[in-house]
Amino acid sequence: MTNEFWSFIFGRLTWDVLPLHEPIVVITFIVVAIGGLAVLGALTYFKLWGYLWKEWFTSVDHKKIGIMYMVLGLIMLLRGFADALMMRLQQAIAFGGSEGYLNAHHYDQLFSVHGVIMIFFVAMPLITGFMNYVVPLQIGARDVSFPFLNNFSFWMTAGGAVLVMMSLFIGEFAQTGWLAFPPLSGIEHSPASGVDYYIWALQVAGVGTTLSGVNLIATIIKMRAPGMSLMKMPVFTWTSLCTNVLIVASFPILTAVLTLLALDRYVGTNFFTADFGGSPMMYINLIWIWGHPEVYILILPCFGIFSEVASTFSSKRLFGYTSMVYATVVITVLSYLVWLHHFFTMGSGASVNSFFGITTMIISIPTGAKIFNWLFTMYKGQIRFELPMMWLIAFMLTFTIGGMTGVLLAVPPADFVLHNSLFLVAHFHNVIIGGVLFGIFAGINYWWPKAFGYKLNTYWGKISFWLWNVGFWLAFGPLYVLGLMGVTRRLRTFDDPSLQIWFIIAGIGALVIAGGIGAMLIQFAVSILGKNKEWDTTGDPWNGRTLEWATSSPPPQYNFAFTPVIHDNDAWADMKHRHAQRPTEGFMEIHMPRNTGAGIVLAGVSVVLGFALIWYMWWLAILSFVVLIGAAIIHTFNYDRDYYIPVEAVAEVENARTRLLSGAR
Amino acid sequence: MSSHAKAAEGEAPQFYELVPHHHAPHGSTQIGFWIYLMSDCLIFASLFAIYGVLGGNFAAGPSPAHLFNLQLVAVSTGALLLSSITYGFAMLDMDEGKKTGTLVWLVITGLLGAVFLGLTLYEFYHMIHEGAVPQRSAFLSAFFVLVGTHALHVTFGILWLVTLLVQIGMKGLIPANRIRVQCLSMFWHFLDVIWIGVFTVVYLMGMLR
Amino acid sequence: MSASTSTDTLSPSQKAHAHPNPEVHGDGHDHGTRRTYLIGFALSVVLTAIPFWLVMNNVIADTMIATLVIMAFGVVQIFVHMVYFLHMNTKSEGGWTMMAAIFTIIVIVIALSGSLWVMFHLNTNMMPGHIMNPADLI
Repeated sequence: MTNEFWSFIFGRLTWDVLPLHEPIVVITFIVVAIGGLAVLGALTYFKLWGYLWKEWFTSVDHKKIGIMYMVLGLIMLLRGFADALMMRLQQAIAFGGSEGYLNAHHYDQLFSVHGVIMIFFVAMPLITGFMNYVVPLQIGARDVSFPFLNNFSFWMTAGGAVLVMMSLFIGEFAQTGWLAFPPLSGIEHSPASGVDYYIWALQVAGVGTTLSGVNLIATIIKMRAPGMSLMKMPVFTWTSLCTNVLIVASFPILTAVLTLLALDRYVGTNFFTADFGGSPMMYINLIWIWGHPEVYILILPCFGIFSEVASTFSSKRLFGYTSMVYATVVITVLSYLVWLHHFFTMGSGASVNSFFGITTMIISIPTGAKIFNWLFTMYKGQIRFELPMMWLIAFMLTFTIGGMTGVLLAVPPADFVLHNSLFLVAHFHNVIIGGVLFGIFAGINYWWPKAFGYKLNTYWGKISFWLWNVGFWLAFGPLYVLGLMGVTRRLRTFDDPSLQIWFIIAGIGALVIAGGIGAMLIQFAVSILGKNKEWDTTGDPWNGRTLEWATSSPPPQYNFAFTPVIHDNDAWADMKHRHAQRPTEGFMEIHMPRNTGAGIVLAGVSVVLGFALIWYMWWLAILSFVVLIGAAIIHTFNYDRDYYIPVEAVAEVENARTRLLSGAR
Repeated sequence: MSSHAKAAEGEAPQFYELVPHHHAPHGSTQIGFWIYLMSDCLIFASLFAIYGVLGGNFAAGPSPAHLFNLQLVAVSTGALLLSSITYGFAMLDMDEGKKTGTLVWLVITGLLGAVFLGLTLYEFYHMIHEGAVPQRSAFLSAFFVLVGTHALHVTFGILWLVTLLVQIGMKGLIPANRIRVQCLSMFWHFLDVIWIGVFTVVYLMGMLR
Repeated sequence: MSASTSTDTLSPSQKAHAHPNPEVHGDGHDHGTRRTYLIGFALSVVLTAIPFWLVMNNVIADTMIATLVIMAFGVVQIFVHMVYFLHMNTKSEGGWTMMAAIFTIIVIVIALSGSLWVMFHLNTNMMPGHIMNPADLI
């Protein structure tokens, strides 16, 4: 067999691309391989594959899909955080001529993949998981508008994650930063597989995200329970609606830009090249038109979570519902008018910079209004300091400071000093950790009993809480100081020894956060495996106010045996207040969508297609593309997509709940 | 704090729907597809933005005046526009339950779409033959991607149309097939809307430069 | 599903055939009539022919004005397509179709005009040759 033959089959995939010369990666691979084989072995030994396939992987139930998103996000959090620890260690030791323990090739991949994973494969799946699980329940629906599409969207997101994880062991990842600016990301300066992994992982995941956006918008528009007008929707549903509008209205731009970058790399077009009329600045312009709405996509659902938590744990209706809704909508629209603040220094001049500086400051106002609304909700409420409420308070303190540093950065002359410094890095970690991550932790503690039927262990939750809060400030406070002193981001080694103490403190902070993550994992383990679970038998462990708390914990497959009729905001609180009687007879058969393997198959083929394109295996790319189209067309020939749950089955589930509820009283 | 009960005085408000209202099957599909189309609009908007910014960068290579054949574009525009109305006739026949009429008009639409595609591909071939390849300049890169993406969409539309012909042939104008015809209708008209943008911004304005 | 907007344009046989299969009734879904499709087509032909004629025959001397004129024709024709072919109205899906379209148009306008404005300024300031003193870049 000639060389030509092998290079046709395998493209540019050769033995050289395995990182056998990087001991850290080799050891990681061995650990992952052993762990992975152990998990696969256990699943096989306990004969769980059939169960997993039937009950989870092919499920079109929004609740199961929501949980799968959460699992994906939490696993990827561990990978992304490992990258962070490695960077902190490098930066703490690389002084006085020391190169540290990471070469540039490795280090540059670390900061790039850390950002990509945290944004696309941790934050996005976690918020999508929440929106998927909670929104249909909150609006009194049985599922989302397009259950199959929901399943497919999840697997596409997972597929993107698979491609990113593959890059660790086969080839490399991009060394360009998480946004892969050209010309560095062009074929001339990044000829290897790294940027291609970046492009195709995001394109695959992006399809999933965009379709999920369409799905949830349609759901919220069409599937609300009778009586639930828009202004009677729970605030979390409102923020979900706006988030998904942002998704649908921004991800296509990312898709287009990445496609153009791919064309430059694969075909030699001149969109972002430095010659033949291309403009790298246009890439930066377009990608930030996506990038700014993206950060609002991340934070808005968390604002919604905090609204629910504030009212529930203050035992009070949310203060200023109307202004909350308006603030959310205003943020949604304004998020399209600020993007240039990410590149004030690129040279657009005073008039352009002033416009965007002003709009950036304006957009902080509705967020400020929300903070006041949460505070006024708590004021004179009967506050219960459960974990979700603790996370809310930590968020208000942490996020506000982060937001204020953002307003500081919004001033163009200030940004000329601080752009791409560690001050910027501290700012966005401040708002993302303090806002998005704390919101996710609040949501996990809040909705866990609904999903699994028992509360999370409070003791370990509080340990995690304090470790996160202390760790966060230890890790990022020094970065504010360093940034103001002029230290640039993404540096691997340092000349000035007086800076080292700050990096050491930051490194200690990262270890404290690691403790926080560890405590959270212990919290999960203790809760899941523990014998003395705090069972939730009523379905309403927190005296909640919205409809998801009207169902059992966990809810039945069909959510509601009878669709609720809505009369007021906080529909469940209203029902409890007016002694609504849960019907215990007269059940009807319920129309449900069937499970399907088409989603995982299509996503799997997409991953193969991505892999083939990355490694220039053109025959495989064409083949998998044809299979993809063919499989999609074949799927459309399946008209048998739904079935009915018989009355007896519904009655059995509901009667069991009736018994549980009367036993609990 | 008081709730706004719609019930009359003395009548207990209803909190559960004991008699179900039936969600129309495929009730979300139309708005869902429309929202997807809006996202597709934004992909094209990005490509138009790229063309707007880079479309004047000829890099001392061929420019629109050298390359564009407005007669050809007028014919392909006419074909696409005709295909929009033939699709409309297909929809009308479908509403009247006429399966054969629907199929015939769909076939005509598909053929007109194929004519459009053929003319576009011929134009591309001609340009490449002249050395006006996408790699020559940012203008040409932007041109090929914008017009090419539109052509790709038309291709997928025709593929979808053929699939639908088979499915209508097999199962007739059942509700599931009707909603698919409606969605393809939205897609097809939307492609013509995008083409208005393309021929205006790329071809007509290109010749005005 | 009603097959018309203004029922006075339906022939008796068309009205009789308007509901051959009882089917999904979406709120406000409009499918047009033969007449509205033909009107839309005729308008589109005119709105296409005129700009092509203007450009192919160099009718308007001033490039800027010519550009604005053909863009105006394009915008009008897009509206014609939206109304006569896509049956856009404020009732469809409880107004959500229109809302989605308006929001999309707003985003498109912002992205297009914003990009052109920003890139024009960037190109002006950052074009090699305009940068007299490299120290100015800092």
